[in-house]
Amino acid sequence: MSTAPPLIRAEGLCKDYVMGRNVVHALIDVDVEIDNGEFVAVMGPSGSGKSTFMNMVGALDRPTRGRLTIAGRDLAELDDDEQARLRNETLGFVFQQFMLLARTSALDNVKLPLMYTAMDRDEKQQRAEAALNRVGLADRMDHNPSQLSGGQQQRVAIARALVNRPRMILADEPTGALDTATAEEIMGLFGALNAEGVTVVLVTHEEEIAEHARRIIRFRDGRIQTDQRRQAA
Amino acid sequence: MNDERTGLHLSASLAIALKAIRTNAVRSLLTMLGIIIGIGAAIVAVSIAQGAGKQLTDQIEQFGTHTLQVRPGNSWWGGRSRGADSERPLTDDDVEALRALDGIEAASGRVQASVTSVADGNNWPTTLLGVGADFALIENFEIAEGRNITEAEAERGAKIAVLGQTVVEELFNGANPIGQRIRVNRTSATVVGVLEEKGAGSWGQDQDDVIWMPLDTVRSRVARSAEAVADNAGRIHLKVWDGLEVLDVEREVEHLMRVRRDIQPGAEDDFRIANFAEFIRARNETESLLGFLLAAFSATSLVVGGIGIMNIMLVSVTERTREIGLRRAVGARSRDVLTQFLVEATVLGLLGGLVGLLLGIGGTMLAARLGEFPVLLSPITLVGAVGVAVLIAVFFGYYPARRASRLDPIDALRFE
Repeated sequence: MSTAPPLIRAEGLCKDYVMGRNVVHALIDVDVEIDNGEFVAVMGPSGSGKSTFMNMVGALDRPTRGRLTIAGRDLAELDDDEQARLRNETLGFVFQQFMLLARTSALDNVKLPLMYTAMDRDEKQQRAEAALNRVGLADRMDHNPSQLSGGQQQRVAIARALVNRPRMILADEPTGALDTATAEEIMGLFGALNAEGVTVVLVTHEEEIAEHARRIIRFRDGRIQTDQRRQAA
Repeated sequence: MNDERTGLHLSASLAIALKAIRTNAVRSLLTMLGIIIGIGAAIVAVSIAQGAGKQLTDQIEQFGTHTLQVRPGNSWWGGRSRGADSERPLTDDDVEALRALDGIEAASGRVQASVTSVADGNNWPTTLLGVGADFALIENFEIAEGRNITEAEAERGAKIAVLGQTVVEELFNGANPIGQRIRVNRTSATVVGVLEEKGAGSWGQDQDDVIWMPLDTVRSRVARSAEAVADNAGRIHLKVWDGLEVLDVEREVEHLMRVRRDIQPGAEDDFRIANFAEFIRARNETESLLGFLLAAFSATSLVVGGIGIMNIMLVSVTERTREIGLRRAVGARSRDVLTQFLVEATVLGLLGGLVGLLLGIGGTMLAARLGEFPVLLSPITLVGAVGVAVLIAVFFGYYPARRASRLDPIDALRFE
């Protein structure tokens, strides 16, 4: 392992939610590091804290206690605008339900993150086309989501996550809405992207999906239960 | 540093807004209806009010705010029998007495007759006025050619005439009539002057279709009648000195006339004083009231329209909660979301304002034609109306937009 600083470093990470009169401890003292170029599957039953962890790593939520550093930046020191910029430039999100804009072409969906980036029109166009090309949808650029299969829609969503050349892709149950064959294709795509150097962190509850990752972190009751590194599949 | 993105973002927001409005075209149109009607009514209201205001100014300019007219009362006026003297005519002495008042700059009697004028083989039915030398000053007439009637001529009954432009046109085909002779009914007179053109009056009558002759000439030669009194001055026109309150002078005039006509304290006047400024104001109040009612109606409509925009924007924000979450996740700042929804509300207001503008212009033209109101459609009104529509949209759109911008990204993403 190199001595380069980790992409993500969590130290004593805690997240409490107040539900009426009860306090739910969603994350308890989580310490973990994820390096550049890793391919991590985050697993655990629902309520285990894995989604809370992902939201935290995605700079969508703030820890109650503890420290979280993303790409060398302490999340606690970033204001809302700086967090938005971090999500825009450093992170890419992929969701279970694809979250594409209806009645909007694949190309325009992919361009969405670039709307919040200073870049000239031509470069936006080139980047979006390149990203769709990368996920194998060069011939579907003008199609609306309703004209695409589930697998194709998720590819558009992955192209959208890639378009701003992020260092890390965060995928929340990316194959949860897909059949097995399509899920395998999508996981193959994540593997290929990871081979190109993009860090991939994905949440799943399916063992065969997690098999694609080289590291599996299992959450239970707000704590990391196991953290196993594996040889490449 | 981050703000370099705003310029790009505005046009993108505009595109999103137009798309959202197009997607829900019918809903958007219904939402805009309040603004459309409100702006349309506002334009009609302002146009009528401004038209009434302009008419008032024009009429005051035409008649002067500083003129009074005194005339004998009608015998049945007041519903009382007053005997044979109740309608005593005003006399030349009354004119002199009134002119001597401190507040009065000029005074002239005026009698009127319908006559047929003849010259150069042409004849023309017109209005003959018997006036004094002051009449031109009081009624704001200028002499275009030749000269006015002098006081001496007025008193002695000289056989001279001053013609209005229409009469010059009809009798002399527009040629210079100075020194020419005309016949008015059976009296002939020499033309000594021509009045400057005045155009149509506020009731549409032709103010240039007139012949002036000395007061005494008219009453003693042209328009003789059985009940004519030798010194009957007809109606007396007065000009109040600039800088004085017309109403104060009017009271002085009334007092003097009561004394001259021996009216006992408590008895009613047997003459009337017309104050043109007051008269015109009263006439214009009707139009102003109409304008005010329309303005109130349009204000109500605009508030309803604004609430409609707020309502539809709240619906839009709720419908697009997941989209908002997604945008936040891919890097939109809360202020980008605020801008997006404010732009959408603004576009709704702008479109509503523009449609309302067309409605307002159409409505104003219709009001001018059907109601025969004087209207004034000024560019400032139109620009202002659209500006108001946008302001209302921004005002009522701000709350929904702020709500959208304050959504928690995670909650928004998970919203079902």
